[in-house]
Amino acid sequence: MLDLTYEAPKPKVIAGAKHDWELVIGMEIHAQVASQAKLFSGASTKFGAEPNSNVSFVDAAMPGMLPVINEYCIEQAVRTGLGLKAQINLTSAFDRKNYFYPDLPQGYQISQLYHPLVGEGEVIVDMEPGVARLVRIERIHVEQDAGKSIHDMDPNMSFVDLNRTGVALMEIVSRPDIRGPEEAAAYVVKMRQILRYLGTCDGNMQNGNLRADVNVSICLPGQYEKYMETQDFGHLGTRCEIKNMNSMRFIQQAIDYEAKRQIAIVEAGGNVDQETRLYDPDKGETRSMRSKEEAHDYRYFPCPDLLPLEIEQGWVDDIAASLPELPDEKKARFVKIFGLSEYDASVLTAEVVNAAYFEEVVTAAGDGKLSANWVINELFGRLKKDDCDIADSPVSPTQLAGIIKLIKSDAISGKIAKDLFEIVYSEGGDPEQIVEDRGMKQVTDTGAIETAVDEIIAANPAQVEKAQQNPKLAGWFVGQVMKATGGKANPKAVNELVAAKLGL
Amino acid sequence: MSIDIETAARVAKLARIKVESEDLPALAQSFNDILGFIEQLNEVDVEGVEPMVSVTPMRLKRRTDGVTDGDMQDKVLANAPDAREGFFAVPKVVE
Repeated sequence: MLDLTYEAPKPKVIAGAKHDWELVIGMEIHAQVASQAKLFSGASTKFGAEPNSNVSFVDAAMPGMLPVINEYCIEQAVRTGLGLKAQINLTSAFDRKNYFYPDLPQGYQISQLYHPLVGEGEVIVDMEPGVARLVRIERIHVEQDAGKSIHDMDPNMSFVDLNRTGVALMEIVSRPDIRGPEEAAAYVVKMRQILRYLGTCDGNMQNGNLRADVNVSICLPGQYEKYMETQDFGHLGTRCEIKNMNSMRFIQQAIDYEAKRQIAIVEAGGNVDQETRLYDPDKGETRSMRSKEEAHDYRYFPCPDLLPLEIEQGWVDDIAASLPELPDEKKARFVKIFGLSEYDASVLTAEVVNAAYFEEVVTAAGDGKLSANWVINELFGRLKKDDCDIADSPVSPTQLAGIIKLIKSDAISGKIAKDLFEIVYSEGGDPEQIVEDRGMKQVTDTGAIETAVDEIIAANPAQVEKAQQNPKLAGWFVGQVMKATGGKANPKAVNELVAAKLGL
Repeated sequence: MSIDIETAARVAKLARIKVESEDLPALAQSFNDILGFIEQLNEVDVEGVEPMVSVTPMRLKRRTDGVTDGDMQDKVLANAPDAREGFFAVPKVVE
């Protein structure tokens, strides 16, 4: 296997009034399973439908309705587990987590506390080229999502929409291996990338399809290493859980705020209470969710409506065999096979569609480095300007490869290539044909260039004298020749000829 | 394990079942009777016996991933004490 090596990043250190402190962060990511129907009913999962229209009697918890599991949701969770190199449990079971809330008509959420579907795995969180954090995954369990309560449509009432009720979620629980706000955001980015590669979650954070609960605690330098040695949480501080965040920026801000809050408490001689908190982005602070405290007694018990979930090793093996190439492998391959820098490879593999586009270009054009430059700088830059993504690109991989091939064969200069790209981008057409039709071909015919050089030298005797004393001024002649030839002269040939004619 | 009146009151509250305070001692006693029966079961030696999760040897029934249900807002809302603009309307819940 092609593996890149990396070093662990330094943990973030925050200076308190008395000590330096380090952060210890664990995350629970709730990822909505990409499926047509819900986890236990045949109602649609489609976002943005009329309220309460994607609701079956099972989701509405009508008396006597029984859950029947959607096998594809299980397949998706297994695929996710395999993508995180995790252990798959052939026997798992569902439990009821009991609490009352208007958007939870059953009065309980069907989840997997005691016997999750997926066990321990890992994910490599890239920080910068050559630096990455290995974060251990503790488990992934499958559970139902709740509905949605809307509080601002009426002064006295809350409105409840059950469309999301019963949609399958994967709860991906990490070990407390994340050591700073930036790492926490990078962890979510990497998880989202892997899920999107696998096609098991669309990762749409705005729609709430990927949300994170963040557990934050502080410790003195050296304590975390003791925890890692012993796996004894006694070495770490008391943690607080910040619930339900769906923005990378807010995740970082919330962790920053929460760490400073805890440091202030501990340095003043107090104790951090283990509690659930909410981040308020308007005020930039976290606050306690006191209302949840009493409800914290969830009285979990095995769901009597569902038998244990037994899956076969052969089925798991089939899913494993169908896994796509994942981001780490793809990035390593791009570095090794196409000679890209790790940075370029990261940019190109961030989204699987981008990587596929690049591969098409490089396969047709050859030259990994040049192809990467054109895809990243010209194409991505141009698309960004129009607020488009690659799916809307007016330039196909074949067209872009055509432009690159023209550069490689010295048919056009790099500068003309940019003009050509703009023409292909806005008007379309075959790059080679355009170059032919519009006379954009680079002049490599030394005879023609020589004539132009001679003319300019003859017309500017004063400049010739200066350049002969100071060879750096030869650039002026090169510029004049390029101008005279409409930018089509091969710059390398011009340089050589100018130097020769001036006797430099 | 023994359930006192306080625990009985707490469990009732968590289950959102209203129990008058004079009924709590009897409720606690019922809990204790049930738990006593469970404790009796605990006396049986089940060493080496595989836990039985169902009385019939069945595999968990599965469905395929297709939309076969829903699209009946009126029926879903039919029993709601209050519904507006397609939503269930409930007394304001503020977090």
